[in-house]
Amino acid sequence: MRTATETLLKVEDLKLYFRTTKGVVQAVDGVSFEVGKARSVVVVGESGCGKSSLAKAILRLLPRNVHTYSGHIYMDGVDLMSLSDEEFRRNVRWVKISYVAQGAMNSLNPVIKVGEQVAEALLIHTDGVTRREALERVQEVFRFVGVPLDFIDRYAFELSGGMRQRVVIAMALITHPPLIILDEPTSALDVLTQANIMNSLKRIKKEMKVAYFLITHDIATSSELAEDAIVMYAGQIVEMGEAGHFYLTPKHPYSEMLMASVPTLREDKELRFIPGQPPSLINPPTGCRFAPRCPKRFSMCDSEPPMVELADGRKVKCHLYG
Amino acid sequence: MENGTLLAVEDLHTWFEVRKWGFVHVGYVRAVDGVTFSLDQGEAVTVVGESGCGKSTLARTILGLYPPTKGEVRFLGKPIKAWGRRYHSMLGYVQQDPYGALPPFMNLRRILLEPMVINRIGTKREREERIRQVLEEVKLTPVEDFLGKFPHMLSGGQQQRAVIARSMVLNPKMIVADEPVSMLDASVRVEILQLLQGIQQAHNLGVIYITHDLSTVRYFSERIFVMYAAKIVEKAPVKELLGNPLHPYTKALLAAIPDPDPENAKVFKEVPPGEPPSLLRPPTGCRFHPRCPHKIEGLCDREVPPEFEPVPGHFVSCWLYR
Repeated sequence: MRTATETLLKVEDLKLYFRTTKGVVQAVDGVSFEVGKARSVVVVGESGCGKSSLAKAILRLLPRNVHTYSGHIYMDGVDLMSLSDEEFRRNVRWVKISYVAQGAMNSLNPVIKVGEQVAEALLIHTDGVTRREALERVQEVFRFVGVPLDFIDRYAFELSGGMRQRVVIAMALITHPPLIILDEPTSALDVLTQANIMNSLKRIKKEMKVAYFLITHDIATSSELAEDAIVMYAGQIVEMGEAGHFYLTPKHPYSEMLMASVPTLREDKELRFIPGQPPSLINPPTGCRFAPRCPKRFSMCDSEPPMVELADGRKVKCHLYG
Repeated sequence: MENGTLLAVEDLHTWFEVRKWGFVHVGYVRAVDGVTFSLDQGEAVTVVGESGCGKSTLARTILGLYPPTKGEVRFLGKPIKAWGRRYHSMLGYVQQDPYGALPPFMNLRRILLEPMVINRIGTKREREERIRQVLEEVKLTPVEDFLGKFPHMLSGGQQQRAVIARSMVLNPKMIVADEPVSMLDASVRVEILQLLQGIQQAHNLGVIYITHDLSTVRYFSERIFVMYAAKIVEKAPVKELLGNPLHPYTKALLAAIPDPDPENAKVFKEVPPGEPPSLLRPPTGCRFHPRCPHKIEGLCDREVPPEFEPVPGHFVSCWLYR
């Protein structure tokens, strides 16, 4: 999936398992990929495929019931997995990678003015910044994301959903990190607001040279931002490569069916759906995890497929291309 | 009243009073403000609009859950008040959040039995028979496996099927589906829409499908009503509306919806500025005029546009078509 750009983030064999009363949930199971500098990568997949867990694994925002957390995450030549929690908090979170969590716009503090909340992110993560400087920076980023400046003194409940989402994006931007992880940033918003925010995200990317790692289940909207695409299924990456390839000619049977299930406005295509359910991640099927639902399965699918690199540079985890 | 009309909504207003400190009258939220349309037997229509435009209130007023402030809903020629309790047994309601719509402490058999118990329909054997029928109809098969299941044991798609099954138990004449697929995954959405469509055609049901997602309507209904700020601004057959949108709001809405196309990442979208107005104090004249790129000074901001019919069967409330 890499073009000529430099690598910003490199993830190798990342695993995140959770312990539950029913067994070990393999939410992220051996995921490897790279994010180029100032590239935007989208991760698509059905709910429960491990997309959000992947984001949390990269940011080391882990719940208490972690069973396994292993692999390597390289950024600027450092393996982030080797850092202590304190070093990670100090040097990585919000400094190198910031995060717009799913539904973050509903988690703004109701009793602190939004401007202060955004400034707080800078005050905590940058040494030697005064409150006044921080508030000046808030004005700068508010202008950038399209929040009127007089909103600095307002509270979250006084803002509409679209504005709150912009505030949360401003919070992620204020420290100028090279990478922002966006988890479903527009899924709760109306189409017009969504289009507006996508416009802002595109502008921010162009002007600030920031890389996005966008997690979404909304494939049509993801195409607004995608340069590279990763398709996840049952905790694993099944296809990754340049976005153009994925949207136009998906190769993995799952990606193909996923694309065929997306309703389109401008084209009268016949919609198909994927029969069956995604497997439980507690005891996922051995071999290819999509095999039970796959129309193209054959004898080899009982064994785990390798990640095959195709001539056009994309990678597909499927025996059909082995 | 002609024979084929199932539902006639005439100049319907649903206003909610807003009070301060519990007794000081502040004003009314005009959630539905003068809506007129009719629905034939066996016809499916879509009401599309952004959140807060009053589409759910319209649905709930039609269902008889809110009393109209002004205007009338007539079902089979009779006002809904005249039907009394029988009205509700002729309507099915499919809610947005299937899990919230199903009582968590009842298993599927009990959930589906309930409407028949309440309406005192059928003997014990007939009821069991009916439960089986509807479960087969929504393809929750083998029926035996599902009868004893509780809502939390079902996937999102299955829960929504259960909700549809419940709405079908009493053989309704009409179904009101309020965002039936917005909480489901893309791959399941199509399945549920196809199921609803199949049921609609098999039983010649009237269906009001409420959604904010224009990209799914092509696969469902015959006519679309576009709602903006408590009013219907455009009514047209689906193909006509998608191919030849007339109202500036509809145009903006259509332009904002992405199709999965990698080209999207390279361009910025034209989006009207601002946000939908407050329904407590809606703008005078046309409610879209503050955001409209084509507004006519002195007309659009003063006079409420009536309904014009520039193309036969295609109605639009906009002064541009006078």
